[in-house]
Amino acid sequence: MKNIGIGVPRGDGVAKVTGKAIYVDDLHPDGCWHGATVRASCAHARIVKIERDPAFDWTDVVIVTARDIPGENVIALITDDQPCLADGVVRHVEEAVALVAAPERERALDAARHVRITYEPLPVLIDPEQSIGSPIRIYGENNVFKQITIRRGDPPTVGRVVRGVYHVGHQEQLYLEPQGMIASARTDAGLTLIGSLQCPYYVLKALKRLLGHDRVNVVQATTGGGFGGKEDYPSMIAAHAALLCLKAGRPVKMIYRRDEDIRATTKRHPARVSIESLVAPDGRLLSWKADILMDGGAYNTLSPVVISRGLLHATGPYACPHVELSGAVVATHSPPNGAFRGFGAPQTLFAAERHMDRIARELGRSPLEIRRLNLYRDGDVTVTGQTLYDVGGAAVLEEALAAAEAPLPAVAAQPGEGGASWRSGRGLALAFHGCGFTGNGEAWLKGKAALELRDSKLHILTGATEIGQGAETIFTQIVAEELGISLDRVEVARHDTAEVPDSGPTVASRTTMVVGAVVQETARRMRAALQAETGSTSRDFDTLLAARTVDSPLRTDHTYEPDPNLVWDEHRYSGDAYPTFGWSCGIVDLDVDEDTGVVRYRRFVSATDVGRAINPVLAIGQLEGGALQALGWATLEEVVRDDVGRVRSDRVTTYIIPTSVDSPQMVTRLVEIPYAGGPFGAKGIGEIPMDGPAAAVAAAIEEALGVVLDRLPMTPERVVAEMNVALSERSF
Amino acid sequence: MHIEFSVNGERREVDLPPMTRLLDALREHLDLTGAKEGCGEGECGACSVILDGEVVCSCLVPVVQVAGASVRTVEGLARAGELDSIQASFLKHGAAQCGICTPGFLVAARDLLDRNPHPTPDQARDALAGNLCRCTGYQAIVDAVVHAEAVRE
Ligand code: FES
Ligand code: FES
Repeated sequence: MKNIGIGVPRGDGVAKVTGKAIYVDDLHPDGCWHGATVRASCAHARIVKIERDPAFDWTDVVIVTARDIPGENVIALITDDQPCLADGVVRHVEEAVALVAAPERERALDAARHVRITYEPLPVLIDPEQSIGSPIRIYGENNVFKQITIRRGDPPTVGRVVRGVYHVGHQEQLYLEPQGMIASARTDAGLTLIGSLQCPYYVLKALKRLLGHDRVNVVQATTGGGFGGKEDYPSMIAAHAALLCLKAGRPVKMIYRRDEDIRATTKRHPARVSIESLVAPDGRLLSWKADILMDGGAYNTLSPVVISRGLLHATGPYACPHVELSGAVVATHSPPNGAFRGFGAPQTLFAAERHMDRIARELGRSPLEIRRLNLYRDGDVTVTGQTLYDVGGAAVLEEALAAAEAPLPAVAAQPGEGGASWRSGRGLALAFHGCGFTGNGEAWLKGKAALELRDSKLHILTGATEIGQGAETIFTQIVAEELGISLDRVEVARHDTAEVPDSGPTVASRTTMVVGAVVQETARRMRAALQAETGSTSRDFDTLLAARTVDSPLRTDHTYEPDPNLVWDEHRYSGDAYPTFGWSCGIVDLDVDEDTGVVRYRRFVSATDVGRAINPVLAIGQLEGGALQALGWATLEEVVRDDVGRVRSDRVTTYIIPTSVDSPQMVTRLVEIPYAGGPFGAKGIGEIPMDGPAAAVAAAIEEALGVVLDRLPMTPERVVAEMNVALSERSF
Repeated sequence: MHIEFSVNGERREVDLPPMTRLLDALREHLDLTGAKEGCGEGECGACSVILDGEVVCSCLVPVVQVAGASVRTVEGLARAGELDSIQASFLKHGAAQCGICTPGFLVAARDLLDRNPHPTPDQARDALAGNLCRCTGYQAIVDAVVHAEAVRE
């Protein structure tokens, strides 16, 4: 193959290394004003009045409140509970109440500070453990956004009981480019939105409801990272920019400052996972019961899907004859949580992997042995009754172990490191991750793509966006390979909803595997269309082109066709939860200071079953970038909040992500166990690197210091606190 | 205030309040949008430029301070349409993903390579510690910097 399995440089690479790639904040439409948001200052309150400070000069400033919304006051997503602007009541401290726009950004921010809102406080509920059944009602009858229970097998009567409770904290995506959007008028009295986003059709759907008409299109600017954070929130900022644009009668740009972005946008759901298992004397799993509670925040957003994916991964990649899983995501008066790479699975997989370590500890066996014994194999059946094929669990485990045998790199110790109080440890964790949407999601979505032949170039039309992961490059590789032509003859069209079809959102490790397969089929149909047009039976693209008598554009469309062998019962939560799974094993080597609890990563080795690496350089980039986000979450990244749910760690100085010196050397191995439904065998890989590393870090710290850490993040303070607890227990 | 300085070898002038951030002067008044704003407080390095041979965060530098000085931005790395070795190396090693941090990294890496054309991985990591990247995990960036000269050869 000429174009598959090769690390061709990314198509947008030259623009990105020369500074020519245009992100939303690089655009300055003529006459553009700047927007700012007036946010609530209490977590739950009735809005009594909204006034302008009479002492402020309001010339050249427009204000928008809920009353200015032409259509419905809703950010349409799974449910319609979240308003675009609070009307009457605010339900979290960052809820948008009013908007302002002014000719300069500083003036808009200043004006926002002079909008006076009077509130009548209402009772506040922040603790998710208190949410279900609380008299303080936030959502529905009982504050539950979604509750799911899945059972399989009969409970065993004998076995050793092992119980554990595991906690994970919020996590901020911290894409380096803050959220941003520009709204401008179209000649037909409609609006164009251009911004930093993952899912143009989500924004489109929300805007149509808000505006009450469909004269609107959404364009993706070059997007500076998303990681799920730009899945649903861009609908909110687009709605705000649109309202200001209508009121001001000119283009309006909204770019969040970093602190506003961290405080107001969605985070990874924090979770509590309780696991009770029964094990045979040899370590074989007999029963696995997990109970999960996630904090959804004040509005539903994507929470039902997050708890679902979390639950479906809560056994870890292990076979067990009896499984009972129950999970709930509940409402609190906190800023809503939402999508973040892994989407519920990193939370439950952290718990599952820590629980496997606990089983090993209690049985006095090695964690590796316990894993080898229970790891899923081909033909095993999951909790939903799905029979697994193309299982890469054992292969990635052995590959990672082999890679980790190489001697560790020498590290130049940073000042204050490497003294007598430093201990070394190694930890290992496994992960599996369902690729694509859960259950009937893909069948219901019907992702579309098209291929257009114009001026002997092929243009791929898709709503699946490039957010840094390399999707555009991969699509061009797929088409070029399918048609046997060179890469420079294939282009990806700009992501404008006026021009490209809805391929479904750019999420859920689905872009390469699911949309890529649709794109591949458009190429096959292009060949067939040319054969039909020319009457030639040649398979060679250039021969077919040469046989054409007209030079008119030619277009082929295709819509995702569900695999008829996949069966899913949404109500009983049974059947094939995912078309296939990716598999990964990570091994971390670290040093930790027993005096301060500071962790220094030395090396992170991983092996991941990617099905088929269409572009190994891009694949490794996804795996390493995702792994570092997990390593950051493990020890550094802590969302600190006050008692009304306001994020206090709202700067890059207080919400710490790893720098190059905090990061380990990465050794990344690709294992290829192809999935027949993916293009050239590819599986989805965007999220799996986020799933395992945090548990590996906990295991490594345990090996180094002998303390058991079951709560993320494992900040130095927490490591030291746990060591003190362990010490005091030992002295009795 | 009228301020003259050199940007990527060309003489440029602006009329701006003296405390205007160099980042805004470049992006909004000189049409050089390569430098990006990631934090606005000197912590992410997305706005890095080389000011008289030193890497600075242009979000922290008032434009008055660059009067008469020479500034180099990502737009000034490629010459006569030919990519600088560090740019080519970034492409080869997959060191740019979303690309928002890339201009800052390239400028910081160029500065390192000018002083030390063959850095070790640790030296590269140290020199780039003021730049944040959320996409790559840094390994590809370190590889690109360590092997930049090899790309030229
Ligand atoms: S924008 Fe200047 S350092 Fe972040
Ligand atoms: S490539 Fe996205 S932040 Fe570095």
